[in-house]
Amino acid sequence: MTLAQAVQQKILVLDGAMGTMIQAHKFEEEDYRGERFADYPHSLKGNNDLLVLTQPEAIDAIHLAYLEAGADIVETNTFNANSISMEDYHMSDLVVELNVAAVESARRAIQQYRENGGTDAKYIAGSVGPTNKTASLSPDVNNPGFRAVSFDDLRACYFEQCEALVGAGVDALLIETVFDTLNAKAALFAAQDAIEASGREVAIMLSGTITDASGRTLSGQTTEAFLISVGHAPLLSIGLNCALGAKQLMPYLQTLDAKAPFAVSAHPNAGLPNAFGEYDETADQMAAQIKEYLDLNLINIIGGCCGTSPAHIAAIAALAKNYKPRNYVA
Amino acid sequence: MSHNLPDRPMRLSGLEPLVITPDTNFVNVGERTNVTGSKKFLRLIKERNFDEALDVARDQVEGGAQIIDINMDEGMIDGVEAMTTFLNLIAAEPDIARVPIMIDSSKWEIIEAGLKCVQGKCVVNSISLKGGEEEFIAQARTIKRYGAAVIIMAFDEDGQADTYERRIEICERSYNILTERVQFPAEDIIFDPNIFPVATGMEEHRKNALDFFRATKWIKENLPYAKISGGVSNVSFSFRGNNTVREAMHASFLYHAIQHGMDMGIVNPTMLEVYAEVDKELMEHIEDVLLDRRDDATERLLEFSQTVAGTVKDEAKVLEWRNEPVAKRLEHALIKGITEFIDEDVEEARQAFAKPLHVIEGPLMDGMNVVGDLFGEGKMFLPQVVKSARVMKKAVAYLMPYLEAEKEVGTSSSAGKVLLATVKGDVHDIGKNIVGVVMACNNFEIIDLGVMVPPEKILQAAQEHHVDIIGLSGLITPSLDEMIHIAKEMKRLGMTQPLLIGGATTSRAHTAVKIDPEYDGPVLHVVDASRAVGVCSKLLSELGKDYAATEKEGLAKVREGYAKHREKKALVPLAYAQEHKPKLVFDATTVPTPKFIGTKHLRSISIAEVVPYIDWTPFFQTWQLFGKFPRILEDEVVGEQAKSVYADAQKMLRTLQKEQWLTLNAAYGIFPAQSRGEEIILGENGALGSFYSLRQTGEKSKFQALSDFVAPEGTVQDYVGGFAVTAGLDIEKTLTKFEAAHDDYSSLMLKALADRLAEGLAEYVHLKIRREIWGYAPEEQLTNDQLIAEKYRGIRPAPGYPACPDHLDKTTLFDLLDAPSIGMSLTESLAMYPASSVSGYYFAHPDSKYFAVGKLAKDQIASYAALRGIDVATAEKWLAPNLNY
Repeated sequence: MTLAQAVQQKILVLDGAMGTMIQAHKFEEEDYRGERFADYPHSLKGNNDLLVLTQPEAIDAIHLAYLEAGADIVETNTFNANSISMEDYHMSDLVVELNVAAVESARRAIQQYRENGGTDAKYIAGSVGPTNKTASLSPDVNNPGFRAVSFDDLRACYFEQCEALVGAGVDALLIETVFDTLNAKAALFAAQDAIEASGREVAIMLSGTITDASGRTLSGQTTEAFLISVGHAPLLSIGLNCALGAKQLMPYLQTLDAKAPFAVSAHPNAGLPNAFGEYDETADQMAAQIKEYLDLNLINIIGGCCGTSPAHIAAIAALAKNYKPRNYVA
Repeated sequence: MSHNLPDRPMRLSGLEPLVITPDTNFVNVGERTNVTGSKKFLRLIKERNFDEALDVARDQVEGGAQIIDINMDEGMIDGVEAMTTFLNLIAAEPDIARVPIMIDSSKWEIIEAGLKCVQGKCVVNSISLKGGEEEFIAQARTIKRYGAAVIIMAFDEDGQADTYERRIEICERSYNILTERVQFPAEDIIFDPNIFPVATGMEEHRKNALDFFRATKWIKENLPYAKISGGVSNVSFSFRGNNTVREAMHASFLYHAIQHGMDMGIVNPTMLEVYAEVDKELMEHIEDVLLDRRDDATERLLEFSQTVAGTVKDEAKVLEWRNEPVAKRLEHALIKGITEFIDEDVEEARQAFAKPLHVIEGPLMDGMNVVGDLFGEGKMFLPQVVKSARVMKKAVAYLMPYLEAEKEVGTSSSAGKVLLATVKGDVHDIGKNIVGVVMACNNFEIIDLGVMVPPEKILQAAQEHHVDIIGLSGLITPSLDEMIHIAKEMKRLGMTQPLLIGGATTSRAHTAVKIDPEYDGPVLHVVDASRAVGVCSKLLSELGKDYAATEKEGLAKVREGYAKHREKKALVPLAYAQEHKPKLVFDATTVPTPKFIGTKHLRSISIAEVVPYIDWTPFFQTWQLFGKFPRILEDEVVGEQAKSVYADAQKMLRTLQKEQWLTLNAAYGIFPAQSRGEEIILGENGALGSFYSLRQTGEKSKFQALSDFVAPEGTVQDYVGGFAVTAGLDIEKTLTKFEAAHDDYSSLMLKALADRLAEGLAEYVHLKIRREIWGYAPEEQLTNDQLIAEKYRGIRPAPGYPACPDHLDKTTLFDLLDAPSIGMSLTESLAMYPASSVSGYYFAHPDSKYFAVGKLAKDQIASYAALRGIDVATAEKWLAPNLNY
């Protein structure tokens, strides 16, 4: 069954946070470096996407924990595995290798899940993050017409990542944490090019981020304007993730539910961060909030972002199986 | 019409959606940002005066354009560059960017450049079959992938359609190619069936309008979901110079075109009359031409048009805000991000204020504060705030030469060198940029390292540039760890500069607990940009070290409080505390018999009598001026400010006495009292009720309760007093006046003075109690400073303060004193009204001292609730901050 078929059958559960789980390992500089990059001339601590090469067992284990918790879709550890974000670590030339290794890690975890007796269908979504540059905003307050990155740069950067992910066999590309719709449009452009070039059938999932109290994306769009701006692409799903907790996300999900001719996804944070940047919403608290989504039949795909763990996903999966997915007309 | 088709509206977007359904009224496309149609816009683009070019765009949106058409097709302009630049600038102007963009060009490379700049779903204007099917299909495919709607010109390989038949033939062919071969969504197709001039005198132009109407109707009936658009002003081309006729003709043309199904059009709203308001005779002549109703229609209209003078339209439009006072105008410009009038307004303000700096610190900062508030409330969003910062910057730039000129006459150059950076891993810098702008306005030299700055670079730049202060910003949570890391590094490198922490995820608690301990130098959490200047000025002042030390102590306290809160304080059981409570001596000397027992009201107390008892130090704190009075008046840094505000206070004190702005009332009472555990029983056998006190149970505390200061039952007869005083009666009358005059300063000043007078009144009445009414200290001769230092015998703790954190006794107190009859009351949450009021108890025992009850465990809450006769939940609610569980 393809992902597109599966989403018609049931509410699909997406996995939870990768970053939060990696943080728990408290990896130090030398852990990030591993043997291969022991003498790398730049600091690598914090380059989580590199861990698929230097600490693959840890990443495999995180994927496996989510699979066993009930996630139907695991996201590859490739949120920043694009040439623009990797410039921070002087590792732009490793993008293809990172993405391929990340897909292999997810696949190994599914294999292990099977060996452990698991029988459910599992899918791999290639995580495509927003990069750390915005095409619609100027980083220079005195020069609002300036752009640190162009559409063409982004399109090329995304194409490289999407081509690697698609080539390595993902079931979907998940373009997530969209804070600037123009970045997303470049990603959608590239994703469609990469999928067409491969000749494979790969779903495109898109998830935006509402960043401020006015309910808009960082680049200033309302949820509906965001939906309209990306509605030209052949999306499997559109949704929201990060920045807000499940509770705060609700009104914007209702907008998507009312207007989107695609599946609707949500992977909120475990509440809002406290003063220490920690997320304290427990699995039960988050599930209780997500139950409201499900009671209102808003959701086709549900998971977790920052601060969520396998316990959160297990609670969400246990809840989701009692509900029918949202109906929508494509 | 295709009424049975499912609903497939055209959806466009800027920052906000524009959904065009069959029920939508005509969609107005702004046309003035078009170099081919507007001489002014062409000049602005040629001169690269993009600020004014943006104003043209903004005017259109404010004037009601729902989409704006942008065209840069001119031989002397690099169209790709101009389109890119202008669209990027528009993206930073939320009042413009909220509407969808129409990218208008006859050159494909300009269209594609435009598509790469716009995040919303825009409209391409236009493509056609002019260059053949292959090119048409390729362009349509690309537009689809960019996610835009498209206007198709009625144009093919043989030329532009100029008859009804050619129009429908080309549109149908284009539609079929788009829907069948490109799978272009039909609802995203807009046809422009060519609006040509009428009344040209040429026979073949007679049907130009009529054919457009008929073609429109045919398309709407035969090509499902397609829309119709066109450039309306073309039709009246022959009447250039006669705006009355042109405006009327546009009104009529639109009226008929819409009747036939036209959905949207390029219309200059200022060149459009209301259809119903056009002179009847003129309209008849115009419609004869448009609808080709008479052979001599053109001649008749030309003749008639001579009689219609081309009157000038009223330009007052949306400029009403220009009539506001200058501070309001500056505020408006800051909120709206309008730079058009900023120089003239700032100049006006500069002349009104004594110093150019006051314009910045006054109206400009006030405006920025409004922006900050609106942003906090979600009524403005990031791009708007950035724009406001830019207006601010322009205003400051204008003032710069004046500031420079002032400088020569004395003061030093830079106020200090400040390094700003958004830490590694974080791209958010708007707050940081605002801080930079505001600080630069205040004469700080800013070294802004930008976003995603690695710690090494921050530390290196700090040392290279010998900065005075380092400011770190971050919005996402991992930035917090980066900041800790930098603090550690600063310590390791032996740096001493103050470290400022700001940004949305940062907090005072986090700064205190996680960052401050890592660095020996000053660490300060700055809540928002408006605080940054104050903090930095203080840090770099003569008293900087003291200020930094005070702040560091403050953080240490936060840390302690946090630790207490986190770890739960070690408390002893209530029973243990009761057993080990202090045993005071109660005898003739420690328990003086009052000269007066009962309650009394004092009304309209002379303000002059109270003024000497004012404690001025907190008054200056209200104005963010720190230091002890009267030394603060001589302070090198804040002295001048303090003097000025103190002078204003003295002036207002005189006026408020003369004009009787405030009424000062007081109620006091002294009652027989005995203690029973934590209870203080009032009157004979409790006839007047009871006060209920709370006992310290902290391991290291003295286990005191206020009741310990009262002789226990069965020993000597003791007494307790109570008071309620106010200085806030009638204050609203004057406040309203100030507020109506936008005089926030006076309004704040009056509130601050009323607060001080209330405290002074409490001091004054307490003194009378000690010397005369209770009379246990008739000889007391203390200076005001000694009074402030609480050198007197006895205490007057207030409910809600550390010795008695529960507010509930206020109800008892107010009843006993009949405070309502002097105009005082309590709100639901037991806050006193008027706000400038003080109430409390009097204890006379020489060993009575102020203390803090601290944390409370369940056993005491239960005992307290039972004693007071309320349920535990209610007690917990009132004592929430003190609960240790």
